[in-house]
Amino acid sequence: MGRYRVVVDRDLCQGHGVCESEAPEVFELAAKATTITVLDATPSDALRPGVEAAVKYCPTHALRIEEIDE
Amino acid sequence: MSTITLPPKVSGDHGGTGHLEELRRDPIALMQRVRDECGDVGEFRLADKAVVLLTDAEANEVFFRSTDEDLDQAAAYPFMKPIFGEGVVFDASPERRREMLHNQALRDRYMRGHAETIAEQVRGMVADWGDSGEIDLLDFFAELTIYTSSACLIGRKFRDQLDARFAALYHDLERGTDAYAFVDPYADIESFHKRDAARVAIVELVRDLMDQRLAGPAATDEDRDLLDVLVSIPGDDGKPRFSADEVTGMFISMMFAGHHTTSGTAAWTLIELLRHPEWMQRSLADLDTLSAAGEDVTYQALREIPNLEASLKEALRLHPPLILLLRLVRTPFDVCGVHIGEGKLVGASPAISNRIPEAFDDADTFDPGRYVAPRDDERNNPWNWIPFGAGRHRCVGAAFAQMQIKAIFAVLLRDWTFEMAQPPETYRNDHSKMVVQLEQPCRVTYRRRAS
Repeated sequence: MGRYRVVVDRDLCQGHGVCESEAPEVFELAAKATTITVLDATPSDALRPGVEAAVKYCPTHALRIEEIDE
Repeated sequence: MSTITLPPKVSGDHGGTGHLEELRRDPIALMQRVRDECGDVGEFRLADKAVVLLTDAEANEVFFRSTDEDLDQAAAYPFMKPIFGEGVVFDASPERRREMLHNQALRDRYMRGHAETIAEQVRGMVADWGDSGEIDLLDFFAELTIYTSSACLIGRKFRDQLDARFAALYHDLERGTDAYAFVDPYADIESFHKRDAARVAIVELVRDLMDQRLAGPAATDEDRDLLDVLVSIPGDDGKPRFSADEVTGMFISMMFAGHHTTSGTAAWTLIELLRHPEWMQRSLADLDTLSAAGEDVTYQALREIPNLEASLKEALRLHPPLILLLRLVRTPFDVCGVHIGEGKLVGASPAISNRIPEAFDDADTFDPGRYVAPRDDERNNPWNWIPFGAGRHRCVGAAFAQMQIKAIFAVLLRDWTFEMAQPPETYRNDHSKMVVQLEQPCRVTYRRRAS
């Protein structure tokens, strides 16, 4: 487990699936879903570049990363 | 005891249909006056409808976070039903609409295929260009985006059965969005007659294509497009379930949101790049770097082209294709201390909010630098930078649209240089219809780039 948490603003997510393309270990867009499923809300640090790309390229700016304080 | 504050009313209502004629003539001036006189919340009148215009971040956030049940989108656009037809999109329930709007074709995993399709359609449009010539930006981009949207959303096979005549009919549909529809969407005016005649002609065209598809079904799955699928669905009587009229309604509505919007934005991006040669040079440098690295157009369309993207965003901010977004109030609410009652229309205006001086430095100036780090005027103003709307109703095609425009220019600018064929200030929008289009003439010349 890494030192950050993935947060989705459900008012904004429209289920485009860009995050799934960027970080398939963390996000999944089911076949008929209209919103994303977070498979792992506290992914490992190794996955962080993909999660950061997901945050950056999310077309509705619905994702953000929260640091976990020790 | 608390008192209820009602929205202040803007000047200029001299009886009759109120501000309708002004909205049909100069909607941006009307909406700017609402903000100047009334502030973030102000009211104008279209015949028997009160319209409360919301501007700036606080009021816009309330508008964009609302649900369909509280602020109804469908009922606010009376000019769309005669175009789409019965039972389609704005005539369907909010749930059904969510499903339909959530078009599978817009998912990220299909974007690479779409980028290839778009590049191919652009090449087709310029195939018969000589070494130099002149085009009208409205005609050119409106036709091109008919081909790209039909090819990506319905299928290549359907696209290949269309030509410039379909684009002309579609244009008549878009011109049929006169705000007079707030009084009567079937009024005896020329643009509505042309709209209805165009829809009849498109239904006939679709009926012919359906008959052909029924007579010779696609041999393989790969050869099937959406039209093949639709004609193959049987109704209870064993005949095809969907009539030509229904299929036409589906196709028109699938293409509508992405057509005039993308067409206009592509044109304005080119106009602004021609008005600001330093940004054209930077955009070209981006593209040249990618092509020198051997990357194809598809790859370019899907990755960052920072200077072209910033120019595109700035074209969208200054010339948003939709200038007034509307909802019908089903549940009364308060915003910025003002009460808005059931049955009124509420509006948010990209044209006004995108240029609010409190949110954007030099708000009327084309400055793509405002999206270059450390500046980020888009993300820092999520409720004022609203060319695609915002919140749950944010344009679902926004990512597709931006990819499309990058793909178009990756092809066009690699092989051609453009110049304005008229004074820079004479390119402007025609606001006489709810669907905004470039005013003609809007001509540019092209010349083949020396290789």
